[in-house]
Amino acid sequence: MAKIFGAVEIDSNRCKGCDLCVAACPTSVLSLQPKEVNDRGYHFAYTVNPDACIGCGSCAAVCPDACIEVYRLVDKNA
Amino acid sequence: MEEDVKLMKGNEALAHAAVRYGADGYFGYPITPQSEVLETLEELMPWETTGMTVLQAESEVAAINMVYGGASCGRAVMTSSSSPGVSLKMEGISYIAAGELPALIVNVMRGGPGLGTIQPSQADYFQATKGGGHGDYHLIVLAPNSVQEMADFVGLGFDLAFKYRTPAMILADGVVGQMMEKVVLPPVRPRRTQAEIIEQCPWAVTGKRGRGHRNVSTTLELQSNEMEKNNIRLRQTYDLIEANETRSEEFMTEDAEYLIVAFGCTSRICRKAIEDARAQGIKVGLLRPITLWPFPKEAVCRLSKQVKGILVAELNNGQMIEDVRLSLSVGSSVPVCHFGRTGGIVPNPQEVIDSLLSNFPQSK
Amino acid sequence: MTREDIIKDENKVYSRPRLLLDATMHYCPGCSHGVVHKLVAEVLEELGMEDTAIGVAPVGCAVFAYNYIDIDWIEAAHGRAPAVATAVSRLQPDNVVFTYQGDGDLAAIGTAETIHACTRGENIMIIFINNGIYGMTGGQMAPTTLEGMKTSTTPYGRRADINGFPVKISDIAAMLDGTCYVTRQAVHTPAAVRSARKAIRQALINTREKRGTSFVEIVSTCSSGWKLSPVKANKWMEENMFAKYPLGDIKNTEVKK
Repeated sequence: MAKIFGAVEIDSNRCKGCDLCVAACPTSVLSLQPKEVNDRGYHFAYTVNPDACIGCGSCAAVCPDACIEVYRLVDKNA
Repeated sequence: MEEDVKLMKGNEALAHAAVRYGADGYFGYPITPQSEVLETLEELMPWETTGMTVLQAESEVAAINMVYGGASCGRAVMTSSSSPGVSLKMEGISYIAAGELPALIVNVMRGGPGLGTIQPSQADYFQATKGGGHGDYHLIVLAPNSVQEMADFVGLGFDLAFKYRTPAMILADGVVGQMMEKVVLPPVRPRRTQAEIIEQCPWAVTGKRGRGHRNVSTTLELQSNEMEKNNIRLRQTYDLIEANETRSEEFMTEDAEYLIVAFGCTSRICRKAIEDARAQGIKVGLLRPITLWPFPKEAVCRLSKQVKGILVAELNNGQMIEDVRLSLSVGSSVPVCHFGRTGGIVPNPQEVIDSLLSNFPQSK
Repeated sequence: MTREDIIKDENKVYSRPRLLLDATMHYCPGCSHGVVHKLVAEVLEELGMEDTAIGVAPVGCAVFAYNYIDIDWIEAAHGRAPAVATAVSRLQPDNVVFTYQGDGDLAAIGTAETIHACTRGENIMIIFINNGIYGMTGGQMAPTTLEGMKTSTTPYGRRADINGFPVKISDIAAMLDGTCYVTRQAVHTPAAVRSARKAIRQALINTREKRGTSFVEIVSTCSSGWKLSPVKANKWMEENMFAKYPLGDIKNTEVKK
């Protein structure tokens, strides 16, 4: 059975920590940094649970700052 | 080639001249006494011949913002209106000046303030020459006094507007707009092509079209240092215009002992008054500012040293007289008096002579 | 499967649109403007309109839209974008012209310009961001502010007896003969974003094909103005704004001139 692997790259300095990607993610991959902030003082988004990513792009779709890039790999042999 | 002589109204001549100049667009809204401009253009249907766009807008506000849009594209665009409508356009005119964009605005003045009267007036002198809209800017203001100049100043106004990237205004009055005279229409020129516009106006918003960088027409600058640079650049443009483009005309000033300063239709009346006064032995001459901004300060100053008194005649309660006074040398004692009619009343030459005599009894 | 195996160019399914400039947008965290800018940039790129598109920016929060999308722009006076776009589109019919306006700009001070550009059927796309508030000036009442909604100029909530009713200007636009496409969208969920993207695409194609005026309302949030977190603002929008401003196509037709 094929298995879907996903990954996101977040431009953490562009991120404003709005939390919309966290809310949009169907597999709870993302979270906001609880303590760390970026250069502009925002608690930026990061992948707290990267293995759950299915590369659906929901986070990137709702991101107002276009700071998420999405990768998706379908492994047919998995 | 035989001259193309026609008999028509100033407003009509202006419309013909716009098409013949190769204007790209006219955006207007009806208001008396200038509606013939839009009517003539609609009748000429230039979109069928030169490709010029003519549009009756929903308001003067919309019309001037259409001009702002067209000017941002490097197009030769214009609007016309009369006093209350020009007040509405002032916001857009400020943006056009701020954007360093060329455009032609025509004001065929009527009496105000408020709705006022549809009869002729010159009461928008302050508005036209001192800015009118918000912020620190000037318009090049051309004051025609004949149907011929209504036609000729279209080309002059556009040429100056493009040369200095600043809006120009034809400040006409209800008399010049409505009266019929002989006019030689200016030669027909083709409209500039898109390629010519891109070459001559590299700043124009035409779509990137492989330009590599984008063009943005904006008047917003929140950085104070940068905004001040914009203001300084504008001032430098205005200095250049003052140095190069001041225009005036004199009539019988060589031996004049008294001077009348008048523009637009009033200058025509004063010319006749001067001929009549000279017949009575009064040595009086006329200075007619053709550009109201820049104002012909040097001509006023020079003549003020020659004459015993200056009469400023205008169809308002005293506006240009301030610029005449400011033009005199420090310590000048030459008296400057005002003659004006308002309410839409156009005086006859005798009234001008009477005013001259009552203000300067020794002139007789 | 390692992260390195997945993060390869051939596996990339979404990246920042090329026409979105590098500048960080000045919008508040979670602002819908960012999503809509992104969609406009994506669709312009997809349709190959980089060289022909001309945007007309409003006064309001999106006043700096011209700093974010890599095309030619004109910054209009408050409310006048449709008049500016009218001239550009008529003088340069080879261009694809669109306005991008907020509710104060489009439905209050610029109502006349909006209605008349639509009724003339100008070949332009109008993007209308409706978040029911004036964001840039600090959260004052907008023409689209809901009854009961608190703003800095309706601190006790909008009252119809004092402030009048909210205006559904897209419905008015749909009544006008010059509009070919009027739709109301949102960008609060991935599905909504996909739908809004499709609408913007349709509108830009209409504009290129000279089919008349296309009017795309995006019901949006203003978390700063609404004083809610972006996630709560989305929820509030779903529960309150959508009742007054229901999503979906209002009109999709052919203009006969």
